Amino acid sequence: MDLQALYQDIILDHYKAKHHSGLREPFEAEVTHVNPSCGDELVLRLHAEDGAVVDVSYEAVGCSISQASTSIMADLVIGRTVEEGLALGEGFREMLEGQGKVTLDEDRYGDAIAFHGVAQFPARVKCALLGWAAFRDAALRATAGQTEDK
Amino acid sequence: MARSSARNAHFSRSSSRRPTPARDVPRSPDPVSETIRVETAVHDTLDVARVRADFPILARMMGDNPLTYLDSANTSQKPRDVVAAMAAHDLGHTANVARAMHTLGAEATAAFETARATIAAFIGARDDEIVFAKNASEALNLAAHSLTAGLPGSGEGGHGLGPGDEIVVSIAEHHSNLVPWQMACQRTGATLRWFDVTDEGRFDLDRAREQNLVNERTKIVAVTAMSNVTGAPTPLAEIAEWAHGHGAVVVADGSQLVPHQPVDVVDLGADLLAFTGHKMCGPTGIGVLWGRRDLLATMPPFLGGGEMIAVVTMEESTYANPPHRFEAGTPPITEAIGLAAACAYLDGWGMAAIRDHEGAITAYALERLATVPHLRLLGPTSPQGRGGAISFTLADLHPHDIMQVLDSRGVAVRGGHHCARPLHERFGVQSSVRMSSYLYTTTEEIDRLVDGLRATLAFFKVGQ
Repeated sequence: MDLQALYQDIILDHYKAKHHSGLREPFEAEVTHVNPSCGDELVLRLHAEDGAVVDVSYEAVGCSISQASTSIMADLVIGRTVEEGLALGEGFREMLEGQGKVTLDEDRYGDAIAFHGVAQFPARVKCALLGWAAFRDAALRATAGQTEDK
Repeated sequence: MARSSARNAHFSRSSSRRPTPARDVPRSPDPVSETIRVETAVHDTLDVARVRADFPILARMMGDNPLTYLDSANTSQKPRDVVAAMAAHDLGHTANVARAMHTLGAEATAAFETARATIAAFIGARDDEIVFAKNASEALNLAAHSLTAGLPGSGEGGHGLGPGDEIVVSIAEHHSNLVPWQMACQRTGATLRWFDVTDEGRFDLDRAREQNLVNERTKIVAVTAMSNVTGAPTPLAEIAEWAHGHGAVVVADGSQLVPHQPVDVVDLGADLLAFTGHKMCGPTGIGVLWGRRDLLATMPPFLGGGEMIAVVTMEESTYANPPHRFEAGTPPITEAIGLAAACAYLDGWGMAAIRDHEGAITAYALERLATVPHLRLLGPTSPQGRGGAISFTLADLHPHDIMQVLDSRGVAVRGGHHCARPLHERFGVQSSVRMSSYLYTTTEEIDRLVDGLRATLAFFKVGQ
C-alpha cells in the first residue's frame, strides 16, 4: 500500500492551509453534508450571480483527504459558471470511481489531479467526494432558489 | 435441560483445550530502538502463541508487514473450531429446525437447541432464557419494543409505557442501545433521560443521585455493561439495585463484556442482557437476548411469523412460550451452532484466564501509549477494572488519516465515532482512534501500534 500515492504533497499542503475556508455572506444556498461512517461534517455556502460562482465558503471537520478536496474544489469552481463547476465535479467523480483507469486533464483540473491515488483506496473515495457533493447540492438548491440550514 | 449436557454433545473438538500452566509470554526485542521500552510485569496464564495458532488469519502478511489486528471490539477473529463446527453442520446436517420431521430435521433441531444450551451455560443461564436474534442491535430492539409496546390487561402481557413514564440510558451508549429507546419514547410518549459520565468516562452516579435520575417514574434502565469506546465498566449491580428499588426493568448491553470476562447472569443485576456472536470469536448474523424467565414470560412478541405461535386462525393467534415466542421465522441455525462453538472454545481457555490476559495487555498498552506525544486518552487511565477498548486522539489528526498510516504498516484499528457520537461530544472531540485487544493480542502488537503512531506524527509533520 503506497501511502505517498494517497497523500501527495499537494493534498497535505491544502490540508495544512485550506483555501476559501470560513463561512461568508452573501450566499444563495447553504448545505450540510456528513459522512456518517467517520463523522466528517461540512457546511458549505454558495454565492452565485448570473450563473457564475462568485464565492464558495465552508466550515469543515474531517480528514486530510476531504479537507484538501474541498479546498481544491473551491479553487476550481470560483470564477467559473455553475454549469462548468458541476461538469468538473462529474469528471472528478468518474476519475475517483474509475479504479485508477481514468485520468484527469491537468490543464482543467490543476491541483485536483493529485487525487488520482485516492482511486486506489475505495474507503477514501467518499472523503474526496464530500466537498464536491456539497457543491453540487448547493448549486441545485441555488438554481431552484432554495436555501437549507439543516 | 441440564446445563452440562451441552458441553460434550456437538463440540467435543474443543474439549481437549485446557488452560496451560502459568508462563510468561515470550517477547522478542523491540523492533524499533528509538521507542521507549516500558517493562510491565505481564502475569499471564494464557499461552498466547498456542492461542494464535488456532487463528490462521493472524499469520497473514499485509504487504511486507505482519497483520496486527487491534479491532476485536469491532469484530473478533474466528478460530478453526468455529469455522469447522459450522461447516460440519452445513455439510452433514442441513435442514430446517422444529418443522422438518425427517431425520435431518431432528438432527438440525437437536444441534440448534444444544447450541442454545451451550450458550446458556456460558453465562450461567437456563436454556429457555436464551433468545436468538441476528445481532445485539436486534436483541436490543426486541427488548425496547416488547418491553414498551405491550397493552396491559390485553391478556398478552406487556408493560405498556406511556406519557409520564421514564426510560433511563447513558451518554456512553452505543447507538444500538440508544436509538431503539429513543424510538420507544417516540412511540409511547415516555421520556428519555440519561446518566452522564465523568471526564474519565466512568458513570457519574453521584450526579445521577443528585438529579434523582432513577425514580418512581422510571420503568426501564438500559445501559451498556462496558463502554465500547473507553473500556470503562458500568457499576451495573449498583445501578440495578437502584432501579429495582423503583420496580424498573434493567437492560444491559453486554456486547463488550460477555466476550471478555466470566459472566454469570444471576449475579449481574440485569434482567435482560444483549450480546453478539461476532465479537466473541463467533460468526456474524447471530446475537442473543438473555432474559429472566419470569420477565420474558410477561413480554409480548416482537416479530410475528412462523415458529413463534401456538395456534393461528384467520382472526388471531396465540403465541408460543419464550424463547420461541421471540424467534419468528427460520432462525440463523448454522450461526447459532457457530456461536456455541465459540463459547466452547473460549471456555476451553477459561474466561478468567482471558480476562487476566487482556488486563495485562491493557496495562501494557496504557503505559506504552502514554509515551506517545500529542496523544490524548479518552477514558480511564488506570487499567483496574477496565476493558480492552482504548480510544484516543492524536494531535489534531483525523482518525481516518491515522488509521491509513497504521494500515499501511499492517496495523488494523478503528477510527471514527464508534457508533457513540454523544460520548465523543461529551469529550469535546468529533471522533477518535480505538485499539482493542482480545485473547490473541500480544505485547509486540502493542509495540507495533505505538511505532505506527510515532510514524504517523512524523508523516504528517506534527510538531515540526
